[in-house]
Amino acid sequence: MIYLQLFLSYLKIGFFGFGGGYAMLSLIQSEIVTRHAWLTGTQLSDIVAVSQMTPGPIAVNCATYVGYSVTGSFWGSMLATTAVCLPPLTLMIIITIFYNRLRSNRTMESILKWLKPMICGMIGAAALMFLNRETFVDWKSIAIFAACFTAIWMKVDSILLIFLAAVAGILIY
Amino acid sequence: MKNIIQLFLTFFKVGAFTFGSGYAMIPMIEKEVVDRKKWMGKDEFYDQFALATSAPGPFSLNTAVFVGYRVCGWWGSLSAVIGSVLPSFLIILLIAVCLADFRGNTYVEAAFKGLRPAVVAMIAVPFVQMLRRLKKWYFIVLSAAVALSITYAGISPIYFILAGGFTGAILPFFEKGGEK
Repeated sequence: MIYLQLFLSYLKIGFFGFGGGYAMLSLIQSEIVTRHAWLTGTQLSDIVAVSQMTPGPIAVNCATYVGYSVTGSFWGSMLATTAVCLPPLTLMIIITIFYNRLRSNRTMESILKWLKPMICGMIGAAALMFLNRETFVDWKSIAIFAACFTAIWMKVDSILLIFLAAVAGILIY
Repeated sequence: MKNIIQLFLTFFKVGAFTFGSGYAMIPMIEKEVVDRKKWMGKDEFYDQFALATSAPGPFSLNTAVFVGYRVCGWWGSLSAVIGSVLPSFLIILLIAVCLADFRGNTYVEAAFKGLRPAVVAMIAVPFVQMLRRLKKWYFIVLSAAVALSITYAGISPIYFILAGGFTGAILPFFEKGGEK
């Protein structure tokens, strides 16, 4: 039963995962943290951190991790990862075939235009969800946040920053 | 058959060596697919961008599907996707199995304490930047409303995706003929 739920949840995340990794994070939160309580918000935030340090898209990394930790078995991992790959494999092939017709379609353009504010809101929700006492334990975490925010804004490489943040954590806590 | 194996190996390599967001792997995919394997021209490769970014699902997988399909049809897509997912799948599986033991370790906990605010910053920056790019005030208000209702009212983002897609789909019928 848990396998079926896991599969359906990740299928949903894949199919509605417009707008890239951070927007998908909001879907992942809604399914995995809010709806099924398979992970806490803090655990998800830790997975995002790990996911930045390892190759591969966040959604795939998260599926692999959640699949394992929910079922305690390799097959859970396998199932969740497969589910998240299915939408690209089906929808994207259809899009590839009808590519030329879709490219300059007015309806398509209008849909994408109206999806944009939704995607933006979803990214905002992903950030807001992590805005809590477990993330910001004291003024030092606020300082790390401010430093990282400024650095990313100035286009410092985020993988480098992730490592620096981990080192800073070890040094000050 | 040879192409299918080549696709698998190429995307395995891309999957194993690209960190961070999907966009970070573009130059590497381009080098492999356009320059080395000559599977498609540069123009066609960049044309698929709009596609891969506007379709749902992880961006890098969409690219794998597109390239795979162009080279070998359905089996090419499948092979490219498996290739690109496999490295991160194996690494994360290893971490998932090990992390249970690391939890409770003082250093690991301290590192995560430093990482958590950094993760929020990593999501907050693209949010603010995208908000600024929306330009129209009603889109900005809409985004803020979406963010707040997902977080504090617990509404699933799926409804907002559906609502946005639906609005976008029916609006052209009301503004018929005129300029967009």
